[in-house]
Amino acid sequence: MLFLLYILLLSLCHRAPAIRLPSNNSKTPFLLRSVCVSLHLISYHLALLFFRRVNSSKASRDSETMATKEDVQDPRIPKIASSIRVIPDFPKPGIMFQDITTLLLDTEAFKDTIDIFVERYKGKGISVVAGVEARGFIFGPPIALAIGAKFVPLRKPKKLPGKVISEEYSLEYGTDKIEMHVGAVEPGERAIIIDDLIATGGTLAAAIRLLERVGVTIAECACVIELPVLKGREKLGETPLFILVTSDAA
Amino acid sequence: MFAVENGLQGDPRLQAISDAIRVIPHFPKTGIMFQDITTLLLDPVAFKHVVDIFVDRYKHMNISLVAGVEARGFIFGPPIALAIGAKFVPLRKPGKLPGRVISEEYELEYGNDRLEMSVEAVKSHERALVIDDLVATGGTLSASINLLERAGAEVVECACVVGLPKFKGHCKLKGKPLYVLVEPSQLDEVTF
Repeated sequence: MLFLLYILLLSLCHRAPAIRLPSNNSKTPFLLRSVCVSLHLISYHLALLFFRRVNSSKASRDSETMATKEDVQDPRIPKIASSIRVIPDFPKPGIMFQDITTLLLDTEAFKDTIDIFVERYKGKGISVVAGVEARGFIFGPPIALAIGAKFVPLRKPKKLPGKVISEEYSLEYGTDKIEMHVGAVEPGERAIIIDDLIATGGTLAAAIRLLERVGVTIAECACVIELPVLKGREKLGETPLFILVTSDAA
Repeated sequence: MFAVENGLQGDPRLQAISDAIRVIPHFPKTGIMFQDITTLLLDPVAFKHVVDIFVDRYKHMNISLVAGVEARGFIFGPPIALAIGAKFVPLRKPGKLPGRVISEEYELEYGNDRLEMSVEAVKSHERALVIDDLVATGGTLSASINLLERAGAEVVECACVVGLPKFKGHCKLKGKPLYVLVEPSQLDEVTF
């Protein structure tokens, strides 16, 4: 609909040549040409907004050290996306579970996944890769090793043996907690937080709070999959989010 | 079998790995000297040594599957799998894996627990490696071996970062060799 409006306006503007700079010799009134240029620009941008494809690698929001261009399709993404299995009604009816275990069985797709993250974060002053239990433990360590950062596991309560700090977050019913060892990170360090998937964003938001409480800067959160319909990004505040694959299933 | 018994005696990497592991006394209960590998993960050099030693050992053994026991096996397994070109298969607590699974019960000190694996993860006659951070009683690793064999894989070896001294020599678990990097660290190690 908006695309048709755009075409109609474009054809109207074509009668007054708004794309070319107005010249003194033009027979078309200046006001009409100005209006046409404005309409052209407005409808062009509206069309662009509505027809942007989302099913490919997304650039993160602005970040001084992580600045990326607009959506760019990395050629490795389609294979990564197709290696992820969707299991309906797991763990409960109505949930379409994004199963990354099939990605881990595809040696090329798994390697590509890690390579994309490593290319993004290598040489950016990241000294901490924090991984959320348990699937964040699969993706985080290979990235940490490749970029020379330490790996910090963020765990469910009572799993870490030493002194911990914890952060509570809301679930659909009730609350849960994640914990980190005291002393694992130092103030001033730059971190990325890894998990396989962002859904509601509750866990990642808690991880951000946990690290920020001890003076760490979160350069970015990174996940393989996003479920945008659950609006997890909104819970992350100013922290950018980088993902490889989006899924409309939730 | 320990790494020092198999060509790595005097290898400084083993001392670095051992030094990086923290001991937490009386966790999760009184009398247990818990071997905390999270401090090893904070030392990128020592962590890389662990992966390098395992990769050097397994890269020419034609292993196509690395199975890691939840959760600390998830930390060591994937880097090894990626480096040797094998797939990674997580062995998980009950109810975590979607799809069709097989499960194996094993004994704890008090009571039992279960480990599950996705049936589609394994092809018949695949050569597999099992990874965990530590072997104590061998119960978890034995259950892992059972799961893989039931699915038709051939378990080549079990590998752990830390193992009790009783696993020296040609000790086997369910007939499978065991390869361990270091013995448990002692409490007088420097900790943070």
